[in-house]
Amino acid sequence: MSEALNIVKDPTLTYNQELIALAKLGENSDDTIVFSDEYYKAKEAGALCDLGEGKMPYRPRYICPDYDLLFEKGCDFLGLEPPKDLLEAVNALEIFYRHVPSVTTFPVYLGDLDKLLEPFVLKEDRDFAKKVLRLFLLQIDKVLTDSFVHADIGPEDSVTGRLLLELTEEMQLAIPNLTLKYDPEKTSDDFALACVRCMLKSAKPSFANHRMFVKEWGENYAIASCYNGLLKAGGGFTLPRLRLYECSLTAKDVDDFLERELPRYIDLQLEYMDKKVKFCVEEASFFKANFLVTEGFVKQENFTGMFGVVGLAECVNHLLGIEDKKKGFGMNKEATDLGLRIMDVIDKRVSEHVAPYCDATGHRYRLHAQVGIDTDGMDDSPGTRIPIFAEPTMLEQLETNEKFHPYFPTGTGDIFKFEETYEKTPEAILPIIKGSLSRGLRYFSGYLENCDVVRVTGYLVKKSEIEKLKAKKQSLNNVTVFGKGAQEGAHALDRRIQRHEDSTGQ
Amino acid sequence: MPWTEGYSVMRTAPVNKIIPFSNVDGPSNRMAIFFQECPFNCRFCHNPETINMCNNCGDCIRTCPVNALSLKEGKVVWDKDVCVGCDTCIKTCTHNASPKITMMSVDEVLEQVKRVAPYIAGITLSGGECTLRKDFIIELFPKVKEMGLTTLLDSNGYLDFEKESEILEYCDGVMLDVKAYKKDFSDWLIRYPNEVILKNLHYLLSVGKLEEVRTIIFPDRDKENTETVTYVAGVIQDKCRYKIIRYRQFGVRDEHRKELGDLTTDEDYALSFVGLAKSLGASKAMLI
Repeated sequence: MSEALNIVKDPTLTYNQELIALAKLGENSDDTIVFSDEYYKAKEAGALCDLGEGKMPYRPRYICPDYDLLFEKGCDFLGLEPPKDLLEAVNALEIFYRHVPSVTTFPVYLGDLDKLLEPFVLKEDRDFAKKVLRLFLLQIDKVLTDSFVHADIGPEDSVTGRLLLELTEEMQLAIPNLTLKYDPEKTSDDFALACVRCMLKSAKPSFANHRMFVKEWGENYAIASCYNGLLKAGGGFTLPRLRLYECSLTAKDVDDFLERELPRYIDLQLEYMDKKVKFCVEEASFFKANFLVTEGFVKQENFTGMFGVVGLAECVNHLLGIEDKKKGFGMNKEATDLGLRIMDVIDKRVSEHVAPYCDATGHRYRLHAQVGIDTDGMDDSPGTRIPIFAEPTMLEQLETNEKFHPYFPTGTGDIFKFEETYEKTPEAILPIIKGSLSRGLRYFSGYLENCDVVRVTGYLVKKSEIEKLKAKKQSLNNVTVFGKGAQEGAHALDRRIQRHEDSTGQ
Repeated sequence: MPWTEGYSVMRTAPVNKIIPFSNVDGPSNRMAIFFQECPFNCRFCHNPETINMCNNCGDCIRTCPVNALSLKEGKVVWDKDVCVGCDTCIKTCTHNASPKITMMSVDEVLEQVKRVAPYIAGITLSGGECTLRKDFIIELFPKVKEMGLTTLLDSNGYLDFEKESEILEYCDGVMLDVKAYKKDFSDWLIRYPNEVILKNLHYLLSVGKLEEVRTIIFPDRDKENTETVTYVAGVIQDKCRYKIIRYRQFGVRDEHRKELGDLTTDEDYALSFVGLAKSLGASKAMLI
């Protein structure tokens, strides 16, 4: 059977999922972009991975449109006037979203929804505004059927922010992903606490370190897809990843890895990125003819390339000959220190490389801790996370994270699963988040152990939807299948639960 | 002039365990430090291994499956790096003690607090009975306050706080157990006189140091449950939290489980005492 026939006959794929899979097949039939033999060899060995990006970047991987501009000037191509009230505003957004491309075909950034909609919400009766927002969220969940669709709120409290939290908890939907941009000086404890309550019940919002992102990107940044820091009116051209465990397999020892093998793999990934970025800007029509570009909703100079890594823990453990994960990365100083040395090598080499067309990031690519994909299994833990089943206490896990998160302006994060007593004590979680963000944590996610909506590695799925797929039924959300793979292969839903009785030795 | 003048006395206390993040030992996120040893011997105690100091009989050394325990100079020594936490030693001990105790100095405890300080609102000292370590606490608390953290004691009310009020100077509040109001029930239940506990209830309230009161509701003991809840609610009114806790059989010694019941108090039954407390004016009563 041909691959196309497999896709068409698969009863677990919706029509839309078949369409996307067939389009990818078409894209991959072209061989215009050619890489070095060494690149293909490393890819074949699993050391490099293009994350299903496809062979021909006919649009940037992630696009973060300037929605303020839409509300200010409307859109000629779509025939939209600037909205005058809440109904017109959400209608304009719903129409616009349909035309924002990405690697998933769905928009990965929906805007800072509270700021965008607040002026319109304030003009309406609260109940009416809530009903409009309810239908807006329902539209998003049922039409933008992909968990990498992401909206932001904060850092300030707002009526719209509160309504979105209320609805998120009431509706229990996996889409969109949601981030609170948290700043201890701008975000009130009361609003942050409302976000914690909502997060426990619905696995969102996550908390982003606003100050850290502003320092790196300026105020005009977006959190998109899983947890990706990018510029508004810009985005990410491409995101390939080094699978560090596989990279470590060809090294003779630690020094050989740091001095020879790792730089070699880094250079191969840079070669890949340069070629993808150049094609996207120079050959594809997107940056020449797409209305998002011609009307100024995105600017080419605001895009950057995202240099991904995955599996640092397994890489370190392999290099040090550590077989018991519980005694490896994150649990002993030698292993964690080697992790830092590896990150320093990557950070330095990538920052020395002049990247084409990445004007806003000083012609440099920026690092990204990739969250893993469903087929990784237990070989490569997400980014720099401590492997599942080897997690130490929450305190130690945070301390390790705080060392690694600053390396990744284009995104990283960790997830904490809380036992049910935390449902009654959300105020016990806020100081943990605050403390950790102040010490270098970039992105904090959490959920209660008994939730239906859960965060798998960076994206959200409903456990009940995974069950549908297991029963060979279709799931509307394109990402449910990733959740199923990550659950079965990587035990992503079996992460350690924070319980109050967890003690440290004295 | 006492001989210690000008010297730093290295005070130590036996620590059973430290929980860096606790959401159940007082408000917000707190570090909870559990000291070993308690003067009471409550029948319902669900961690009886915290009652006594180890008498170095050595029984547990013989049953430890990983040889984490040994006898050195007549004392049982615990190797925490070898220990796998199976608790066989606790099950072996016939003395209501644990070999897994660390003697810690004030500075060592402070070191632990310092590490966790960015993530917590404060610390809670518990036990065993923490007030047995009165002098340790008097030395520790001012230094914890300097870190901008709050300081709570989780106490069974054994110490006469009015007489020993120095302990309260740098303490933000006491979470007090009032287990039994009537003397005969108290004598049987906790095997210790309860006059001081009741006196502490009044005293701590009068000086604004009563953070919360806790009472356990036992199955099939209407009279005693009602007497205790009625008394406490009448005293505290709306001035502090009143936590009504269900008796749970888990961890209770076999012989006492036979007396008190091999079951957990029914939730609705316990809730009726929250209702009783509220009807008597204790508006901050709640079921835990």
